[in-house]
Amino acid sequence: MRTRIGLLVVLGLGLILAPSFLGPWQTGILTRALIFAILAMSLDLLMGYAGLPSLGQSAYFGTSAYVVGLMTTRATASFWLNFGAGLTSAALLAALFGLLALRARAVTFLMITLALAQVVWALASSGRAVTRGADGLPGIGRPDLGFLPWSFDSAASFYYLVLAFFIITAVVLHRIVRSPFGLALTGIRDNEVRMRALGYNTWLHLYIAFIIAGTFAGLAGIMDVYFNSIVTPASAGVMVSADPMLMIILGGPASLLGPVLGAFLIVPLSEVVSVFTEHWLIVMGLIYILVMLFARQGLLGVLRRKAEAPG
Amino acid sequence: MEHWIIQSANALSFASILFLLAAGFSITFGMMRVLNMAHASFFFLGAYIGMETLKRSHNFLLALVVASLFMGLAGLATYRFFLRRFSREEEFPQALLTIGVLLVASEVVRWTWGGRVYLPSGPTFATGSIALGGLIFPKYRLFLIAVGAAVSVVLWVLLTKTRLGALVRATADDAEMSQGLGVNTRYLFMGVFGLGAMLAGFGGVLAAPVLGLYSGLDWEALLLAVVVVIVGGVGSFYGLLVGSLAVAFVDTFTRWFMPELAWFTIFLPVALILAFRPHGLMGKPQ
Repeated sequence: MRTRIGLLVVLGLGLILAPSFLGPWQTGILTRALIFAILAMSLDLLMGYAGLPSLGQSAYFGTSAYVVGLMTTRATASFWLNFGAGLTSAALLAALFGLLALRARAVTFLMITLALAQVVWALASSGRAVTRGADGLPGIGRPDLGFLPWSFDSAASFYYLVLAFFIITAVVLHRIVRSPFGLALTGIRDNEVRMRALGYNTWLHLYIAFIIAGTFAGLAGIMDVYFNSIVTPASAGVMVSADPMLMIILGGPASLLGPVLGAFLIVPLSEVVSVFTEHWLIVMGLIYILVMLFARQGLLGVLRRKAEAPG
Repeated sequence: MEHWIIQSANALSFASILFLLAAGFSITFGMMRVLNMAHASFFFLGAYIGMETLKRSHNFLLALVVASLFMGLAGLATYRFFLRRFSREEEFPQALLTIGVLLVASEVVRWTWGGRVYLPSGPTFATGSIALGGLIFPKYRLFLIAVGAAVSVVLWVLLTKTRLGALVRATADDAEMSQGLGVNTRYLFMGVFGLGAMLAGFGGVLAAPVLGLYSGLDWEALLLAVVVVIVGGVGSFYGLLVGSLAVAFVDTFTRWFMPELAWFTIFLPVALILAFRPHGLMGKPQ
């Protein structure tokens, strides 16, 4: 517990002060890490707490990114309108896909969520008339929040915007996992049949968790489209689903802090590697392999065991 | 009417490709609960190795043999060095590890062969077309149908009529029990894994003259394999057969009628199946 609070304090201070010491490029990397931390935390609600390993979070990430991209380039630049539309579309899609995916559990669930997410990817890549295919939708400016006097054009100011949404996500998800609802999710993960026998509507619990996770994945997608100022089919690609899963396993599942640690390790690593070699996907592949072979109990798991070990 | 017959022949030849591609994926998933994403890489790499062999030897059969052998070995190695280290409950780490293997293989192919599209030729005895009952069919498509039918018969005999097949089915039903009864499940798993990878490599070489070879084909192949397994149902020979046929027919005919919606339409049957028959057309509830 003490390690945990210590970690949180260090992490919080570091996050607030970081842009003062870093250039725009490094701040950009941290912004991306925060975006993926939002995505990974939301997946952790499903994977770590509810025991539903979704390999399809790219569906909601990509959908809200495209909705914001389309709204911005075709309709309105109003941040709050686009934000609302993006989140709503992610939530609605999760409500639809959840009905289908929750027919299965465990690794079959993983396979189904992967297939469903590819519907979105297929639409993004082949629906040229609307999404402009592989070219994507460029020219999406940084948001203007209206009531705030400053702009988010600089790397640092946009970083703080993402940080604010990151903190909101962390607080909301933390409250959810500590609530009776969240505890019921853990119970369902450990023994769904018993929870059903105790009178819980297990399907409804999982369904709601699925929609919440999808909505927060949509939030990450919105941040990502404003960060990149372009949305392409890659925003709905498989790696957007797989990377947060890697981050959760590396950091340690069912902790919220674990996925954040994972994101802050993986994102900077992949960004730095991509500077040195154009074949950075090989390095990413090796990271997947090595983490799964040697670090699959998660960093938090290792720390916890160290802390509990006598002497 | 003739268009319908010709499109059906196309669908059958695509079903042959899907069958070869998905066989190993489906069987290892049913038997070991391993969702092997790298299975698509066996198909993908096998196709490139076949193309290189063909370029040097001008012998299509040799290309098939070489690619199958290499991919069989790659499958054995993937199981022996990676997947064997996991316990049966570690399904998600296993799946993610195989994504890593897929990424590495994918990038190595792009590094070696570049980003261009290749269209290798088929064997000389199956080039050109043939007139059958007043209709003209490309010979290679008919050749694919014949190979697909032959392999599915062999696989059916292997799985349902032999001792090995009985062991595979018993282990798929209850791995612990069959281990307790003296089956060396590790060797069995490794053998089945190698065999599945071999079939995928074999299928990759056969598919290349039809689908073409390009970077990104591996991800597409993965999705096709996933869709076949979801539609047909996990871990049964008939599920594999029915899944391959259903996906091939839906895909071929929707591409014919609605070319704009290609790729998207392939997922419609997935949604329908999940809504009405969540265990697949041939699957049993678990």
